[in-house]
Amino acid sequence: MKVFFLRLYDVWQFTLQFWKEVFLPPYEVKEMFNQFFEVGIRSLSIISLTGFITGVVFTKQSRSSLAEFGATSWLPSLMALALLRALAPLVTALIVAGKVGSNIGAEIGSMRVTEQIDAMEVSSTNPFKFLVVTRVLATTFIVPVLAIYMGFVGLLGAYLNVYYNEQTGFVLFFQSAFVRIGFLDLLMLVVKSAVYGFTIGMTGCFAGYNASQGTVGVGRAANTSVVASMFLIFVEEMIIVSLVNTYK
Amino acid sequence: MKQQGNDIVIALKGVRKAFGTQEVLKGIDLEVHRGENVVVLGRSGSGKSVLIKIIAGLLRPDAGKVNVLGEDVDELDTRHLRELRTKIGFSFQGSALYDGMSVRANLEFPLVRNRRNLSQQEIAQAVTKVLQDVGLSQTIDQMPSELSGGQKKRIGIARTLILQPEIMLYDEPTAGLDPVTSVEINNLINEVQKQYSTSAVIITHDLTCARTTGDRVIMLSEGCFLRQGSFDAVFDTDDPKVKGFYNYNFISETNERNQQS
Repeated sequence: MKVFFLRLYDVWQFTLQFWKEVFLPPYEVKEMFNQFFEVGIRSLSIISLTGFITGVVFTKQSRSSLAEFGATSWLPSLMALALLRALAPLVTALIVAGKVGSNIGAEIGSMRVTEQIDAMEVSSTNPFKFLVVTRVLATTFIVPVLAIYMGFVGLLGAYLNVYYNEQTGFVLFFQSAFVRIGFLDLLMLVVKSAVYGFTIGMTGCFAGYNASQGTVGVGRAANTSVVASMFLIFVEEMIIVSLVNTYK
Repeated sequence: MKQQGNDIVIALKGVRKAFGTQEVLKGIDLEVHRGENVVVLGRSGSGKSVLIKIIAGLLRPDAGKVNVLGEDVDELDTRHLRELRTKIGFSFQGSALYDGMSVRANLEFPLVRNRRNLSQQEIAQAVTKVLQDVGLSQTIDQMPSELSGGQKKRIGIARTLILQPEIMLYDEPTAGLDPVTSVEINNLINEVQKQYSTSAVIITHDLTCARTTGDRVIMLSEGCFLRQGSFDAVFDTDDPKVKGFYNYNFISETNERNQQS
């Protein structure tokens, strides 16, 4: 129990240090854009694929239930609500946690155990700013962009399924899809995804930055990054949805 | 013996450090003079690496004073510690080159962050010069994974030299290298001392390295300094710990040679 609370204290200190470093110059702008590229472009193909499949499969599964009530015309609207409110931010975050979070944990962990972080420290560079701040900002800003992208790719998948079955036109599908989507839905999509992105970045960086015990420690850091991020993402999803429904 | 100044660049007084219940350093006193190469010899786990990490401010001592270039390291805040570190070069045992960066980027890394007024051309010139100094100009666009162990050590030293440090700290500079490459690294350490006028603390268990590079040799055992002086003076003793270390080093070298032949 004592170890758990000590770890929690370390996480708190790590988070505080992030908020302190993020506003203080010098800014590692070049490295930040490198990380934007790493997180964004490199995740694009898998996000496209999973988004498209999610759209197709979810539409297929929902059709039979709606057909019983003769309500297949609600499919565009249902898919937009499901994708933009829940599926896109959650699935994007889980994919980024697996692909990028593990990479961050392993990369920083291996830099820790091979003394590369100490080498930055002794060459008068701030390794926290270079490694942690840039990666956390990248995941925080890029996960919302990826989530929006996944939402639209998912809707495209849904449209193809609807077109195949009902020959609905492209414009009509998207008009029907956005009938029930309000500003709050889009805002929550962005806010939720940013929270998940921040969680993925912080968890990966914390696990890597505090890695020890050689290659075993690196493996553990990568594993912790994924497992802890996914767990936290689900907890955050539950809290955010509860809060939004309470104050809506 | 190389030329040394009288002023003290590193002064440790009563430095203690423990990890859990294991006391690694038990009240170390050390003074390093300007221009002097001090070798700290000792077995693995004797606290050698902890000692130089304390000098560089990477570890805080539990007790005692650490003064480097007139500054009390354990009392400096992060900003002032970083300023002081621009005057200290640290060569790591495993070289610690940044895997994801080319040799050029590795060398530019400390320079662009600590000399922000330099132009691109000046940075390129500084990189070329340190690479020439360590004899590896041809590796400039290679990645660390493409370099040999000896080349990595040299690039690691070049990366510290680019900030023109006053003090060099070498952690096991010849560990894991073949005898020929070890001699090259020893010569490089002496070249650096001459060309850059550095003072150095060299941590090693390699007696050849100690004899070649050290103006003064200190024997560290179980967290205490046993003996210090010139290489010959340190080993001119019947102390079984010192004698045993000397004999083991040369007997194991002889055995290795016999096995190879």
